[in-house]
Amino acid sequence: MSFLKVENVSRHFGNLVAVDGVSMTVEPGECRAVIGPNGAGKTTFFNLITGMLGLTTGRVLLEDKDLAGIDPTHRVKLGMARTFQITEIFPELTVSENIRIPVETAAGLSMKARMSASQRSGVRQRIDQLLEEGGLSRIAHRYAGELSHGDQRATEIMMALALNPRLLLLDEPTAGMGDDETHAVARLIKRIHRESRMTIVLIEHDMRVVFNLADKITVLAEGRPLAEGTPAEITANAKVQAAYLGGAA
Amino acid sequence: MKFDLRQNALNIVIWVLLITMPAWMNAIGGYTQLGTQVVIMGLAAMALNFLLGHTGVLSFGHAAYFGLGAYGVGMTIRYLDASTPLGLLVGVLAGAVAAALIGPLIVRRRGVYFAMVTIAFGQVFYFIAVRWNTVTGGDDGLTNWHRQNIDLGLFKINIMDSAIHFYYFALVIFALAVGLMASILHSPFGRTLIAIRENERRTRFIGINVNFHIWMSWLVSCTFMALAGALFALQNNFVDPHSLYWTQSGIFVIMCVLGGMRSFWGPLVGAAIYVVLQDYLSSLVSDYWQFFIGLVFVAVVLFFPRGVMGMLRRRAVE
Repeated sequence: MSFLKVENVSRHFGNLVAVDGVSMTVEPGECRAVIGPNGAGKTTFFNLITGMLGLTTGRVLLEDKDLAGIDPTHRVKLGMARTFQITEIFPELTVSENIRIPVETAAGLSMKARMSASQRSGVRQRIDQLLEEGGLSRIAHRYAGELSHGDQRATEIMMALALNPRLLLLDEPTAGMGDDETHAVARLIKRIHRESRMTIVLIEHDMRVVFNLADKITVLAEGRPLAEGTPAEITANAKVQAAYLGGAA
Repeated sequence: MKFDLRQNALNIVIWVLLITMPAWMNAIGGYTQLGTQVVIMGLAAMALNFLLGHTGVLSFGHAAYFGLGAYGVGMTIRYLDASTPLGLLVGVLAGAVAAALIGPLIVRRRGVYFAMVTIAFGQVFYFIAVRWNTVTGGDDGLTNWHRQNIDLGLFKINIMDSAIHFYYFALVIFALAVGLMASILHSPFGRTLIAIRENERRTRFIGINVNFHIWMSWLVSCTFMALAGALFALQNNFVDPHSLYWTQSGIFVIMCVLGGMRSFWGPLVGAAIYVVLQDYLSSLVSDYWQFFIGLVFVAVVLFFPRGVMGMLRRRAVE
């Protein structure tokens, strides 16, 4: 059974066809990269998977369950967590508080007006564990809004992980970062993938990151699927080289 | 949980000031009823701020729930049963039920659209109060009723005649309400409200049903608003449709902004400034007091956008 199956999805905005008949099958534990030139429809494709946008045609299936009519909030409960191209965190809360909110939600406490002592200590332990894993312990009490790009991104990724997702969707996790920060975030994703064997789908522009992380790559161009294969196959693909890699190199 | 000395020092100062108010209010030129009004308007502003400052949703129609509480207590005592506790209960329930029913119709709106819809629903109650002369007294207000003493069996609280008794009666209710709001804000549920204020999209993608949580916050906020309105009517032994009018909603928003929306106590400070200035200025310049309050408001918005408490906090950090 495939884990995530996207069948022939399209999305039209008036006359503009942003995504046009894209299919993708992701196996459990796989790390899939979605690449393509600017305007290829990658983020729209992500928004179709997470339910932020409705489908014009096609289906999205998670473990053979059709997600039609399920809103983003409920897709989170089915095990989908995502990050955004422009980091979405709680700027006026500390890093620790940023992590606390999804931890409490994942523990089913978000409607509770009080916690038992054991719930409280469970939440505390989980926060500390996530801070540790994300390399955020040293900045746990700083306001998220005043952190560097890379630390904000790491915070957002750990917030997504706090939900115990089975599918992690990362929209350009290293966008706008310098080399050091890019390395740090790529290392973090690699470690998460290696240790948890979580299924990950990521959009990425930095080819070093893509070839370092991805098991398979899907290439989009102008909203249409251009190629799919292992990193080696994609590097060797003449169409991809013409449309994308050639231009980037 | 770490112990934040500064935050607790502030709590202690505020409670000491409130508890001792009747002892020093006259010495600084005020009077006990003025202190009572600060406490009641402070509760109203803090109730609004539960939604405005702690959930990030601006309502311009909260006077409706303030007024429902006020008419609820007045009409109960006048028509039903001369009992202060029963009147309070009916007033609070009237506000809570109205809020619970109207909430689902408005929580899908955001920003200025939310504010406009809250005004529209608020005005509905205003026109009912104005037009339904025979029951509400219309423009003249609801008169011919009086708050009743409370009989606790062992002793009586003489809130009918003693301003000081009524002050402490209001303060105890204020303390219970504020304590409850604080404990909600420090719970996992309260943190989801802060999360919505900080970043609604992220909150949605954490798997929180944002509209439902805003509805809950709205309901809590309006219920405490109705409680404040009921106390306001009890203090004056009178209700008129002005307490339901949309400009009254604006006054509550002004109180929150003056004091600082991000601070728990900010709205109380804002209400104190507003009520005291109004009292002082209207004795000096009669009808022109609103002009001077407007000046103060403009100055605060321009120079201390986070209100008085925001300014004090920044000073303390520097």
